[in-house]
Amino acid sequence: MADAISSLDRRKVIRDALGIAIASGAYALSFGAISSTSGLSLLQTMCLSLLMFTGASQFALVGIVGSGGSIWAGVAAASLLGTRNALYGVRLSTLLKVTGLRRLAAAQLVIDESTAMAIARDKESESRFAFWATGLLLFAFWNLGTFIGALATNALTDPKVFGLDAAPPAAYLALLAPRLRAREPLAVAMAAGVVALICLPFVPAGIPLLIVAAFVALYGLFGKSR
Amino acid sequence: MIWAGVLVASAACYVLKLAGLSLPSRWLQDVRIQRTVPLLPVALLAALVAIQTFSLGQHLVLDVRAAAIGVAVIAVLLRAPFLVVIVAAAATAALLRLI
Repeated sequence: MADAISSLDRRKVIRDALGIAIASGAYALSFGAISSTSGLSLLQTMCLSLLMFTGASQFALVGIVGSGGSIWAGVAAASLLGTRNALYGVRLSTLLKVTGLRRLAAAQLVIDESTAMAIARDKESESRFAFWATGLLLFAFWNLGTFIGALATNALTDPKVFGLDAAPPAAYLALLAPRLRAREPLAVAMAAGVVALICLPFVPAGIPLLIVAAFVALYGLFGKSR
Repeated sequence: MIWAGVLVASAACYVLKLAGLSLPSRWLQDVRIQRTVPLLPVALLAALVAIQTFSLGQHLVLDVRAAAIGVAVIAVLLRAPFLVVIVAAAATAALLRLI
């Protein structure tokens, strides 16, 4: 089978996926704690991690509720932040080629980390394996971390303690690196960072990424083709 | 009321994830679209790196995370293994906060 991936590559992907999953699980401790102190019950907190399962949206929802905002403002913010997963899905659909029940399962695992791990690989078979391994491991650790954090609520729940807040951007950077060796994606990535920071102070969370996506679409569809 | 919000937002987030995966493949066959689609996650993740490094809420800030990502960039350029890059960045942020 030309499509098979070696057990060595498999092990390497699982090791990296486990690394991301453990770091996210540690981050989920603070999600669980913040959610509890924001007034959500243990069951509501767990529902967010099990059903919503997209970190930025979850933090936004409990953050707004915790600061006295309306739950519906939280729903709007969470949905807005979730739009990027739709865009990841468009890219992943051509890599994963899933249908039926497998697509319904894969959809729940479409998040920043699984997308970054998938596009970091050069072969499609490895991308697919990286997506599933990262998505499933992260789902397990994210929910475990949420549960422990929601019960513990105070100790060890600040992501700053171990520099955990620097871990996600460092991970995305490392996973993007193989894609950034060509000039065009490197230029697009740098421009995306600049555009996101320029609009960030002026628009609600989630919108800067949509503006970036709109720029990419305009560039790709109407820019000079090479 | 919180329950309704939790369930509606979760459903919305799932539908978004599923919608992206479910685009008919013939929509994605145009050459320009095939050129553009792989750039999307690259641009979005790069934007996330910038946002998670240089902002707090809606404010632009320069703090230890910038140094941490600087260390991560150096580690990536030196072709350090993935987990080493993450640990180096997190350790940099944690140590600088201790000072």
